[in-house]
Amino acid sequence: MTYAIHITNTGEHFQCAATQNLLAGMEARARTGIPVGCRGGGCGVCKVHVESGQVRTEKMSRARLSAEEERQGFVLACRSYPTSDLTIRAVDRLARCIEGGR
Amino acid sequence: MALTGVLRPGHVQLRVLDLEAAVKHYTQVLGLWETGRDPQGRVYLKAWDEHDHHSVVLREAEEAGLDYLGWKVDSRATLQKLSADIKASGLATDTRWIEAGEHLNTGERFRFTIPTGHAMELFAEKAQIGNGMPLLNPEVHPDNLQGMSPTRFDHCLLYGDDLDGALTLFRDVLGFTLTEQVVAGPERALIGMFLTCSNKPHDVAFIRQPVKGKLHHVAFFLDSWHELLKAADLVTRHRVSLDLGPTRHGITRGETLYFFDPSGNRNEVFAGGYISYPDRPVLTWTDDDIGRAIFYHYRKIEEKFLSVFT
Repeated sequence: MTYAIHITNTGEHFQCAATQNLLAGMEARARTGIPVGCRGGGCGVCKVHVESGQVRTEKMSRARLSAEEERQGFVLACRSYPTSDLTIRAVDRLARCIEGGR
Repeated sequence: MALTGVLRPGHVQLRVLDLEAAVKHYTQVLGLWETGRDPQGRVYLKAWDEHDHHSVVLREAEEAGLDYLGWKVDSRATLQKLSADIKASGLATDTRWIEAGEHLNTGERFRFTIPTGHAMELFAEKAQIGNGMPLLNPEVHPDNLQGMSPTRFDHCLLYGDDLDGALTLFRDVLGFTLTEQVVAGPERALIGMFLTCSNKPHDVAFIRQPVKGKLHHVAFFLDSWHELLKAADLVTRHRVSLDLGPTRHGITRGETLYFFDPSGNRNEVFAGGYISYPDRPVLTWTDDDIGRAIFYHYRKIEEKFLSVFT
């Protein structure tokens, strides 16, 4: 199963398989310039907000994503897999990198 | 001068998000040996040529990063003396004794928090379980090595704020030697320091950042540049998250490869480097030449190398 992912910051779209995490999907199918950190849920570089749609997440470091942020819909893209079409908004470092690169 | 006092970094306890994923990484990819599990569920590991029971402890937690770094000292007398010296220095907080057996096969440990916010430990006793070869008429390496198979846990690079306080504690109280430093601006403010308790180019290093108690990387020692190349092959073969390398550092002159464990803790495999005696002059790098200092060939730092840590 593959889902359509929309990034609000840049207006870009990419396709992401349910078995692929959002960061890997962005790296593979969106343009270059995606800042990649540890890819393991530990460093917090790839934080995004899920504006609409659902994701399945794996464990993410509480030092980088608080329980409150998680309740508000923030996730780390490297530990998040789409279960529907999504609209996501990059925040913090990821936002600065992709918006600066436009 | 004989090697006395603090001998080496004896263990590092890491927080991981998924214990079994971490164990798979540290045993199958890195090639450490699992030596035990305790009632808390922690997993104990060692590099093949270390004789002590363990040098890495993995603890499953809600966040990645460093629990503490433990230093082996040469005797119980040294442990008692240094613990008293640390308390008297006023440079450490949260000082306390951890009872023998809290770590498997390990004597009592003295724990303290240094001015950069990192928890450190000293210990004198840990059971020696050997390296898989006899002590009488041995071979040169044991059978059935897998993964990168470093010979030892080598050092950590840590992020913290009060480098000056940590330098005083390590150099003046614990007897470490400063091998290299990075300074910034006309005042030559200390922003990076490399310290050894042995004759390695570093046993621990610090970079100044406005944080407390953070981990940049945990490093393991390989014998050669060619082993580093093969280690990089394994990073790809096992689809491990690559950071940088293989390449060479200016600082330490070591050969290096960086990658991440499954929880985002950065690992390094490190080879080479010079021999450091206590009378070796300190090498100083300025921040305007920091690229060459850290990555001697690229001559620039990837921003993510500094900004990604746990």
